[in-house]
Amino acid sequence: MGLVGLNGAQMLHQLLLDQGVEVMFGFPGGTVLPIFDALYETPIHFVLSRHEQGAIHMADGYARSTGRVGVVLATSGPGATNLVTGLATANMDSVPLVAITGQVRSSLMGNDAFQEADTRGITRPVTKHNSLVADVADLGRVIREAFYIARTGRPGPVLVDITVDAAAAVVGAPPDLEMDLPGYDPAIRINPAEISAAADAINAARRPVLMAGGGVIQARASKALGRLIVKADIPVTTTLMGLGSIDEQDRLALGMLGMHGTATANYAVQECDCLISIGARFDDRVTGRLETFAPHAKIVHVDIDPTSIGKNVSVDVGVLGDAKDVVNRLLPKIRKTTRRAWPKKIRDWRARHPLTYKRSGSIKPQEVIARLGELTDHDAIVATGVGQHQMWAAQYYRWRRPRQIVTSGGLGTMGFGVPAAIGAAIGNPRRTVIDIDGDGSFAMTMVEVLTAVRYDVPVKFIVLNNGYLGMVRQWQELFFDRRYSSVTTASPSFAGVAEAFGARGITVDSRRHLDGALRDALAHKGPVVVDVHVEAEENVYPMVAAGKGLHEMQLGKLA
Amino acid sequence: MKHVISALVQNQPGVLSHISGMFSARGFNIDSLVVGRTEDPSLSRMTIAVLGDDRVLEQAVKQLAKLVCVVDVTDYKDVPCVNRDLMMVRVAAPESTRGRVLELVNLFRGRAVDISHDSIIVELAGPESKIEAFIEMTRPYGIIELARTGILSMPRGLHRPKTHESSAAAKSKAKRARRSPAKRRIKKTARRR
Repeated sequence: MGLVGLNGAQMLHQLLLDQGVEVMFGFPGGTVLPIFDALYETPIHFVLSRHEQGAIHMADGYARSTGRVGVVLATSGPGATNLVTGLATANMDSVPLVAITGQVRSSLMGNDAFQEADTRGITRPVTKHNSLVADVADLGRVIREAFYIARTGRPGPVLVDITVDAAAAVVGAPPDLEMDLPGYDPAIRINPAEISAAADAINAARRPVLMAGGGVIQARASKALGRLIVKADIPVTTTLMGLGSIDEQDRLALGMLGMHGTATANYAVQECDCLISIGARFDDRVTGRLETFAPHAKIVHVDIDPTSIGKNVSVDVGVLGDAKDVVNRLLPKIRKTTRRAWPKKIRDWRARHPLTYKRSGSIKPQEVIARLGELTDHDAIVATGVGQHQMWAAQYYRWRRPRQIVTSGGLGTMGFGVPAAIGAAIGNPRRTVIDIDGDGSFAMTMVEVLTAVRYDVPVKFIVLNNGYLGMVRQWQELFFDRRYSSVTTASPSFAGVAEAFGARGITVDSRRHLDGALRDALAHKGPVVVDVHVEAEENVYPMVAAGKGLHEMQLGKLA
Repeated sequence: MKHVISALVQNQPGVLSHISGMFSARGFNIDSLVVGRTEDPSLSRMTIAVLGDDRVLEQAVKQLAKLVCVVDVTDYKDVPCVNRDLMMVRVAAPESTRGRVLELVNLFRGRAVDISHDSIIVELAGPESKIEAFIEMTRPYGIIELARTGILSMPRGLHRPKTHESSAAAKSKAKRARRSPAKRRIKKTARRR
């Protein structure tokens, strides 16, 4: 690979190709002009978004749904600051991204030049790592380091800020491409003592529960996990990020746990005598009140990130390592078991407290999602925004496999759904991709429907339109005495907007037309927005109020 | 409770803000932070005194180790160490009290490094308790200006903790050593130990 004689921008493209990059998302500007010029003649498919936030969520959706590194390119100043929400979103959910930003000429840096921002300073707390390239000689090394850091260990977003002069400079001598990362070593040698201790705890348990988090999906540990739970007969609950790590139709699947988890999962966690957490970090939305969380359980915590172990919950056995490696090491040490009393108890909970909602004449958001699940054989890729619709999607779609749900779990970024679904669809051209969205979230980023139209990305945008910022309204109803403060949305006709954007638009305002509309949308070849007018004041249940224990969940007004 | 953490970090622009930013974002309370070069020009040593219980210390150490720019972290909890803090203090010392101030300086084994008609600058190094005691004793004479480095710490020879240097760190160190003759010296000193 002859890099000498290329300019920095051309070399960057060569480096990206070497990393296997096929798609990039982004938006141009002054300081990235050399990079866009080089883009003119590379085979990388560039997706031009309408806003940098859209571009980075697309890269994120692409990464989550394919397991590959998402790449986003933006200019200096506002281009870079518009990436911040997307970086924080990816950072919280451990999504491998490489963000490349332009920076002003190195001689001007620090002088408040036009479109200058301290991009490294601003993005430091929301990235796994970031670097500045002000000399083209460093570019090769830094780009290789960025991809390596993004995808190894606990994955995350890495930002590389490149000054416009470094991008334009011609490579004189063969550049040093060797990585220099003395402080970064993602290879973990699993401690056999920790494996033995974990195996002992699991073998001794009479009422075990396994909690699978996003780490199971990141580590592609789902199959190994399946063998483990069958062998030891352990029921499995998943966090929001862990949905799909087990087929929810499996008898051992308890569904999601936590604030809006299933009653079965929450009761099981509260009564278990051993909780094996794999690739989850005991987020407050999962644990409820910490003091009463899993009070009878010995806690085994498997995580790739040492800072996660013992951060929120004190653990009895911590196992540092990649989820798949750990599960494979555990397997031979686990006794084959068939349980009776514990599964029976779980069956009873499941029978007594199934996920359900009261049907009525109007369209219930839950039934839209359940129906979408059935119509797509529970096998579509589903992105979401954040709010009630996100929780209903998590509860009712019935997930079957890893990388199916694309949702902002940790940061809770409204507006994530539209662009993330587009990114996922670009990465998975043969799969059905749905964005289950709310009217609040959808409106935040619906401008990216234009991007779906431009590149003919056939995402089905299903907007559960209740005229409210529903989750906020629910909290105001329950905890603020129904004082509905600034929570109505006053949306336009989303179908009309879709048509004006060049997509197909469908409005559904009666139950009779729901099924036909959904079938229609799924059969449509291009992007389509379905504006479903659902029951306005429906609440998400079960619900564990903030500060309460999981066993104190409210089951809601059920039929 | 105060803990001392020693971190070997890559000597690059932005590293200090990276580390101090992480500490403030996670609510760790820094009592003092000292940065300086080491025998290896590519590395700096940060000595950080943190306030908090064992759990805070554990998180702080882990979070530090997680940063890509941090090569090695050692916490000196339960390790006998030599701790030093360097202070320069300008004390009011008109002729009437100068003798008594200088007597204190001598008792504390400090040095008067500058003198004018009405004040002297005293340089004093030692463990924190000694520094504090000197400040207490000279306060009645009038402290005009004071500057301190914060704690530097090094474990005593018989008690050196094993550093958990990653193999990547070792590899990279070897690589750097191969490259420049100046850095080869480190390996030698390491061997001498």
